[in-house]
Amino acid sequence: MKSWLTTTDHKRIGLLYFWTAFGFFLIGGLEALIIRAQLIRPDGGLGVSAETFNQLFTMHGTTMVFLALMPLSAAFFNYIIPLQIGARDVAFPRLNAFSYWVFLLGGLFLNASFIAGPLFGADRLSVAPDAGWFGYANLTSRQFSPGPNVDFWLLGLQILGIASLAAGFNFVVTILNMRAPGMRMLRLPPFTWMALVTQFLVITAFPVITVALVLLMFDRFFGTHFFLPAGGGDPILWQHLFWMFGHPEVYILILPAMGIVSEVLPTFSKKPLFGYTVVVYSGVVIAFLGWSVWSHHMFSTGLGPIADSVFAGTTMLIAIPTGVKIFNWIGTLWGGQIRFTTSLLFAVGFIAMFIIGGLSGVTHASAPSDLQQTDTYYVVAHIHYVLFGGTILGLFAGMYYWWPKMTGRFLSEGLGKVHFWLTMIGMNLAFFPMHFSGLLGMPRRIYTYPAELGVARFNQLSTIGAFLIGIATLIFFWNLLRTRWRPANAPANPWGGATLEWAMSSPPPVYNFTVIPTVSSRLPLWQTERHAPMVALPAEPPAPIHVPGGSWWPMITALGLPIIAIGALAHLIPIVLAGAAVVIVGIYRWAYEPFEM
Amino acid sequence: MGVDNRKMAFWAFIGSECLLFGSLIATYLVYKGRSLVGPYPHEILNIPFTSFSTFDLLMSSLAMVLALAAVQRGDMKQGKLWLLVTALLGLVFLGGQFWEFSNFLHEGLGLTTNLFGSTFYVLTGTHGAHVTVGVIWLLTLWIQAVRGKLGPKQALTVEITGLYWHFVDVVWIVIFTVVYLIQ
Amino acid sequence: MSEHGAGAAGAAGAAGAAHATTGTYLRIAAILVMITLIEVGVFYVPAFQSVLVPLLLVLSAVKFTLVVMFYMHLKFDNRFFAFLFGGPLLLALVVVVSLLLIFYGAVRLRTGM
Repeated sequence: MKSWLTTTDHKRIGLLYFWTAFGFFLIGGLEALIIRAQLIRPDGGLGVSAETFNQLFTMHGTTMVFLALMPLSAAFFNYIIPLQIGARDVAFPRLNAFSYWVFLLGGLFLNASFIAGPLFGADRLSVAPDAGWFGYANLTSRQFSPGPNVDFWLLGLQILGIASLAAGFNFVVTILNMRAPGMRMLRLPPFTWMALVTQFLVITAFPVITVALVLLMFDRFFGTHFFLPAGGGDPILWQHLFWMFGHPEVYILILPAMGIVSEVLPTFSKKPLFGYTVVVYSGVVIAFLGWSVWSHHMFSTGLGPIADSVFAGTTMLIAIPTGVKIFNWIGTLWGGQIRFTTSLLFAVGFIAMFIIGGLSGVTHASAPSDLQQTDTYYVVAHIHYVLFGGTILGLFAGMYYWWPKMTGRFLSEGLGKVHFWLTMIGMNLAFFPMHFSGLLGMPRRIYTYPAELGVARFNQLSTIGAFLIGIATLIFFWNLLRTRWRPANAPANPWGGATLEWAMSSPPPVYNFTVIPTVSSRLPLWQTERHAPMVALPAEPPAPIHVPGGSWWPMITALGLPIIAIGALAHLIPIVLAGAAVVIVGIYRWAYEPFEM
Repeated sequence: MGVDNRKMAFWAFIGSECLLFGSLIATYLVYKGRSLVGPYPHEILNIPFTSFSTFDLLMSSLAMVLALAAVQRGDMKQGKLWLLVTALLGLVFLGGQFWEFSNFLHEGLGLTTNLFGSTFYVLTGTHGAHVTVGVIWLLTLWIQAVRGKLGPKQALTVEITGLYWHFVDVVWIVIFTVVYLIQ
Repeated sequence: MSEHGAGAAGAAGAAGAAHATTGTYLRIAAILVMITLIEVGVFYVPAFQSVLVPLLLVLSAVKFTLVVMFYMHLKFDNRFFAFLFGGPLLLALVVVVSLLLIFYGAVRLRTGM
């Protein structure tokens, strides 16, 4: 147990991320089910109050984005990237552990708000954030959100931001600086490439939301007027700053899943990724353009025709590299020897669902049509097609693909197929009708709707679909758990993959590679036209390999952060200082601790 | 790529900090001239004094670079000296900021007085916090050197300290121009 | 190796080695101080008011570049560091300019017409 608390091994940290994130995924899913149960019929299905409903959709969004999707991607970054690049670990193993602990503590802090009401003299148990995952000013002002809810939100996000930034720096350096000999950039597996691009988005976008949250904190705690009209401030500035982060954030959410799909399709088609170079460059272009489109979330705020047109244009442009990738994925499948494993099914499902989500996205790109769609369920349809149909399906593909490598055990293909089909039916039943209810005028974030709106039937279908997703997910959860009792019989390369993570046992030995390989092609383990497969690695390392020990300091330093946050929440400076002291002492002990990679 | 991991990480961090300060500067500029009440910049900003602060920080960058050169060639006597000088010059800067802020408060410009106050204090305060961290970092290194535990083998650590310190200086160059000189 | 820019005078002497010398550092410090004095001077001289903003931006950009290139050693280091720094720096500039245009460009346009 202690070894898990002090671990600096990227593989263990990857598993920690996975289980923690999956737990939060289930919580976020539960929040969604309550929302859907409430909306099953007009005029209140479950009797959920408006206030509770606001907390539910806020926490559902915040949890899914920051505590589920990003960390699930991080689980794979952690486990798979060092293996794919031929390294023994990441560049900064203790910083890696630190990122995990900060994530866990941030997630716990955020969710603690559900039961913290009595501590703040609230009249209800839950003081969970309730101003939307995007926290628009000036609803978030102290005047309109007097309780601690929004404070939990902004402090929680600041904590989580630190985790993401630390990981961002770690992986940028790891991928660029720790590749095995011969692993040139254009020989990197596509998942690692997309991860690299994602980390660049993280390190550029997160500082912006950090600033936005600091300004909001100053408004709420110290009486400034950054976003308050009464003092000359402009709530729209919040939207700009938030979406300057928020739009790159959605690419942070989708690119890793695209990377996974680019791994899974070739393996199960027995064909290399079609147009590898173009797929990689498209990912890079998507990241660049992703920084240029933020105000397409603000078409209804009166930006003026020039700004509207510019952002509409850049938004439409992004469809191009995205479409390029889709064509290349189809090209990969075309003419291949396809094996319909669960992993492949999810990857193909990703392509189909993401196309639908992308199409609704393109309709948003046009400012005039967006004026009809914005703030309606049409947008909810779009985001769930791209985030569930895209990111989540892609992540499931990765889970079925890499589970044998990570645990030495296979997930059941039978249960997997049930999981897949139930998920596909469930998600389309849940989200497709939302296009219609949205266009018929059903707004977002409402806890009930009148029967006269004519969207009751669509909502019923959505609710049924959501519960189907829930059942499917529980089946998957069971599939995960039951591997504990399955034989650990997965070979090194159960799927016949081409990349380095398949070159050693499943799971890998602690040092990953007995000998760091020299790479001479993009598909080291495959026979290609010009290259024989890589020579098998020796079974034992030729000389003892030093494995760095664990360290307490990442976890201890991480602990200081929620202490600071609690102090801020409670308006108690001594606690803030105590937390800061923990962080400072932690950093010093960390810096002076002898630690050999 | 054959470069040191820590150096690459630090340049990535500095890149990230550009966005942090960029957002704060953008906020300052967007709200320039929108304060509902005074005091206003031209009434209160003290250019001669701030020029001296700027000069001080520039000289501290010189000291830093001399410290690094000394450590790299193994001259720890000079290394210790210049590290201390850098830290002291940083303290002088902080003292100046403190003095400036006290004066402003005295003249009626507080954090919440108006948008100028809010954006000014948050921007320069964030910068000042970075300087503070830098001074602590420098003094830590200096103490290590005094204990004989810092030498040419740790030159990279000193170099990274230098990168941080110069970046903080460079941010001040931008702030000095954008906040003080361009009113 | 030939160079251009305000640092040329001091840096040219060290151009042969992949490293600046103490002399270079001192010369650059002197240039930085001089530019600062010019900036302050320009600020006070009424004749420069019309070109104040562009002039100050250029002068501070020169200071910025000198510190980054020489004190931070970027000129002599791996090219990639320049990308790691320059990319986000450019992005930050674009962010600042975009926000200014969005908040003020429209106003100018509407009133200018």
